[in-house]
Amino acid sequence: MEVRGLRAGYGSNEVLKGVTARFLEKAVTAIIGPSGCGKSTLVRCLNRMHETAPGTTMSGQVVLYGRDVLSLDPVVLRRHVGMVFQRPNPFPNMSIFDNVASGLVLNGIAGGRSELEGRVEASLRQASLWDEVKDRLRRSALGLSGGQQQRLCIARALAVSPNVLLLDEPCSALDPIATARIEELVLELKKQLTIVIVTHNMQQAARVSDFTAFMLLGELVEFSATGTIFTKPSDKRTEDYVTGRFG
Amino acid sequence: MRSYAARRAVNVVMLSVTAFCAAAALFSLFFVLGYIAWRGLGALSWAFLTRLPKPAGEAGGGIANSIVDSAKLVALAGAIGIPVGVLGGVYLAEFGGGRLGALVRFCADVLNGVPSIVVGLFAYALIVVPMKGFSGLAGSVALAVIMIPIVLRNTEEFVRLVPHALREAGLALGVPRWKVVLRIVIPSAARGIVTGSLLALSRAAGETAPLIFTAFGNRYWDSGFLQPMAALPLTIYTYAISPYDDLHRQAWAAAAVLMIFVLAINATTRLALRTQAMEAR
Repeated sequence: MEVRGLRAGYGSNEVLKGVTARFLEKAVTAIIGPSGCGKSTLVRCLNRMHETAPGTTMSGQVVLYGRDVLSLDPVVLRRHVGMVFQRPNPFPNMSIFDNVASGLVLNGIAGGRSELEGRVEASLRQASLWDEVKDRLRRSALGLSGGQQQRLCIARALAVSPNVLLLDEPCSALDPIATARIEELVLELKKQLTIVIVTHNMQQAARVSDFTAFMLLGELVEFSATGTIFTKPSDKRTEDYVTGRFG
Repeated sequence: MRSYAARRAVNVVMLSVTAFCAAAALFSLFFVLGYIAWRGLGALSWAFLTRLPKPAGEAGGGIANSIVDSAKLVALAGAIGIPVGVLGGVYLAEFGGGRLGALVRFCADVLNGVPSIVVGLFAYALIVVPMKGFSGLAGSVALAVIMIPIVLRNTEEFVRLVPHALREAGLALGVPRWKVVLRIVIPSAARGIVTGSLLALSRAAGETAPLIFTAFGNRYWDSGFLQPMAALPLTIYTYAISPYDDLHRQAWAAAAVLMIFVLAINATTRLALRTQAMEAR
């Protein structure tokens, strides 16, 4: 998946000022940068969630498998590009099972009962949550801890079998242990799909990602292998940021 | 800065004032309930609940037709008013950002403030005049008009309270907007919507003015919705202004019945919501 000359903003305020980047398949790309640099806006453009808010603008190209997604139906696009948000947001009126099944059921993808059960179990296993919830699938998702809820949201996103998974600061509301489990999960999932993770935490980017993009004031300053960004960045601003001189 | 003692004194005074006002509010409720129970419950009997009214001047008789007709009137009013109110409220909360939304919201607030006798007049002009006769249908339409703005604004508030994150979660799964609203947002707001609708129903059940020249009242059994129909509030009104002591007693008893009716709706709502909340845990 890649973006070319992507500009996006809210009203007259331009947040992304022409970003070009390529997210490699079956790899983890981390996006780092100080608050307000446009990290979240960038990932929200990848599945066109950006345009769901009123008054937003967006131009340039977003390409998935050689097709410009801006010409696709956003609803169809979002089944290929899943997303997990900052705060866990399970559906409160649904059970654990129904939460995971929701994408399949609401989109009319699910076949029979047994196929649905199979896909829910597979998704929960992928999100390494199955063993913790298999005895209480019919209970409300709100009974789970924050970390479990976030893994449930990952399972929910995985259930519709996306090709790309966007994680927008998925650990910012979690404690270190829950964070570690999500990071393990990311490393496991990259065998199957492309992952883009926005993070405030540079150690997290260093731990989980293959590539890192550093953004500043709506521009992509540097994009290279994670090791390179953190050890010998080519741009002075990147160096200042990763060494903690600002941000 | 004032001394600690002075601030403590002010605290005690203000706390007493608020406690007094809270007690005054509760007192009026319990006074009304207690007085109606005292005057009304004594006159209640099985015969009163199951018989038709006797001819004027003759003692005895019941209000069976008023009870049944009130239920019919309110049920039809709910069938008209609740769908319009709920769907309109969902529109306002989800899609009504523009000028049309502001206009609908304004009109609903104005409609909510229209005196109920005027609403009755509206139903009279709309239905009674063209159909050349008083009817339960006209009464139900009048009650529905009273319910619509209450249900509408209440639904809007509760739909707005659904966190934006849930809508985003739905959209990010590739679910179309209308389905997100129908299957995720509305179920999440369902409790509030149901409570509001039931409260609007109990409000409609107690209205008298809109029924005076629509449903009109009836001393006999009727069928369908196209004849004049009785209603508990109308019966209470008619009996209370009559010159007979026996009818005054019956008015109190009918008031007690109406009050039990309304309290039952409220209590059921709360109980249903509580069980639902416990199951969600």
